[in-house]
Amino acid sequence: MSPLIVNLVYLVAGILFILGIKGLTKPSTAVRGNLLSATGMLIAVVITLLNSEIVNFSYIIAGVLFGGAVGAFMALRIQMTSMPQMVALLNGFGGGASLTIASAEYFSVLNIDAHLFADLLEPVALGADAFGLGAVGQVTLISIGLTILIGAVTLTGSLVAFAKLQGLIKRNVGLPGGPLGNALLLIGALTALVCILINPSQAVTILALVALALLLGLFLVLPIGGADMPVVIALLNSYSGLAAALAGFILGNTVLIVAGSLVGTSGLILTKIMCVAMNRSLGNVLFGKMAAAGEVVDADEIYAGKVTSAQPDEVAMMLEVAKRVVIVPGYGMAMAQAQHAVRELADSMESRGIEVEYGIHPVAGRMPGHMNVLLAEAEVPYDKLVEMDCINPTFEDTDVVIVIGANDVTNPMAREAEGSPIYGMPILNVDKAKNVVVIKRSLSPGFAGLPNPLFAMDHTLMVYGDGKKAVVEMTTALNHS
Amino acid sequence: MEILILLLALFVLSLFLGVELIVKVPPTLHTPLMSGTNAVSGITLVGALLAAGSDTSPMLVNVLGFLAVTFATINVIGGYLVTNRMLSMFKRK
Repeated sequence: MSPLIVNLVYLVAGILFILGIKGLTKPSTAVRGNLLSATGMLIAVVITLLNSEIVNFSYIIAGVLFGGAVGAFMALRIQMTSMPQMVALLNGFGGGASLTIASAEYFSVLNIDAHLFADLLEPVALGADAFGLGAVGQVTLISIGLTILIGAVTLTGSLVAFAKLQGLIKRNVGLPGGPLGNALLLIGALTALVCILINPSQAVTILALVALALLLGLFLVLPIGGADMPVVIALLNSYSGLAAALAGFILGNTVLIVAGSLVGTSGLILTKIMCVAMNRSLGNVLFGKMAAAGEVVDADEIYAGKVTSAQPDEVAMMLEVAKRVVIVPGYGMAMAQAQHAVRELADSMESRGIEVEYGIHPVAGRMPGHMNVLLAEAEVPYDKLVEMDCINPTFEDTDVVIVIGANDVTNPMAREAEGSPIYGMPILNVDKAKNVVVIKRSLSPGFAGLPNPLFAMDHTLMVYGDGKKAVVEMTTALNHS
Repeated sequence: MEILILLLALFVLSLFLGVELIVKVPPTLHTPLMSGTNAVSGITLVGALLAAGSDTSPMLVNVLGFLAVTFATINVIGGYLVTNRMLSMFKRK
């Protein structure tokens, strides 16, 4: 197959990727967009397989069968509530692919016939132009080094993110010295990269780079948890794309560069949206501790004697006379698997002529769009899911807001209490509604570690207990009234 | 050297195109966007195939290539399937 035809097919694949992402700008065209993108992938792979350099198919067939089986199993069996874990794993594998490709490219130039690990450590005699003439060689080496660095950070970082989301790692611990430890690892990795540039024949520097980068990914994500996860997931998503684009520079492959940079920007934009929605800088999320700043607020002082609790059937009586109800879901709804119960409650209200909408905060849940996917699974029409900026002006005309499993994103302190760690964070102004019902297990603080004055307000009712059970009881009471 | 400049131009223009495209994606589709772009980043499979299938390279390269093919295929198959599953839920209405 001539390189001309291969590159033309890559161009078509690139166009299909772009049209695919364009399709994702509307729910009605999204499925078709995804299919277009998959078609682009298929033709890019097929034309590559026709390349005459590929003669040994045994490793390819084994990898495709194994990877395909794992991928299909994961994609078809995963529960919608576990989608953040799935995305984290996919990010990690993307990083792993770029890492291994860059390493393979390096060792194919070195051409060591290694049987033992020790064979790798022997210096190899290399011509000055082994990686390409002059500047080309330098760029190839820089690309190999950066791909390995970013790919490895993405791999271990994503695996840690997965373990945290899955509840396998519960503690948020970092290196002693925090950001300083990570900075040392990064400096070490960059030093190894420079050594590779100066003397590419020492495989031991590549191995050091891989090891340092893997550790960096590990310790970068280990201290981060909970509500900061959406930022981490979006950022790792971006890294996986960047690594792919850099791998394109190693191989001189156009379609890798186009696809990789699209993914890289997508992740970066999502990262930015998440940071804005938390009113924090990226550095603050990666290296800072949220609750460390600000004065300590005494929870007892805010709550003492002011919190009113209610039973689900009392809430049902309130809903009966309501004209407009807004449901505000948070991570607690995902934890309680309450999305179907919530939809049934909404159906019951709508059958009584009550207007029901959902107010979605950008960082509700553990990844961008988490709540939307859960509610879509429960067959809630997507036009009922209203963004923060659009729903906020409507709260004053809302009779009842039902907050289920959300806390910090409704905390009025973000609006009013200057000096509070969350001051300035955009929130859902649920306290402006005529009545607020908060379904929650207890008065325990959210991720920010702050008490929520909303719970103590006169027009707020607390319904304690499991989210799903409470919602089901409300629906039953409403249906029987 | 010229080819490097061309690749760099392609990279930078794609970044700008990416920004234009992605800012138009509504928040409701942000999760499918992430899994969908994840599948796209599985395009590394193209590079992985070349590493795994070469017969002139030492075995180490083929083994790394095999790992890369596995990782990238998980991304491609898993990414597109799970995106399709999510998007079909949005389409129902």
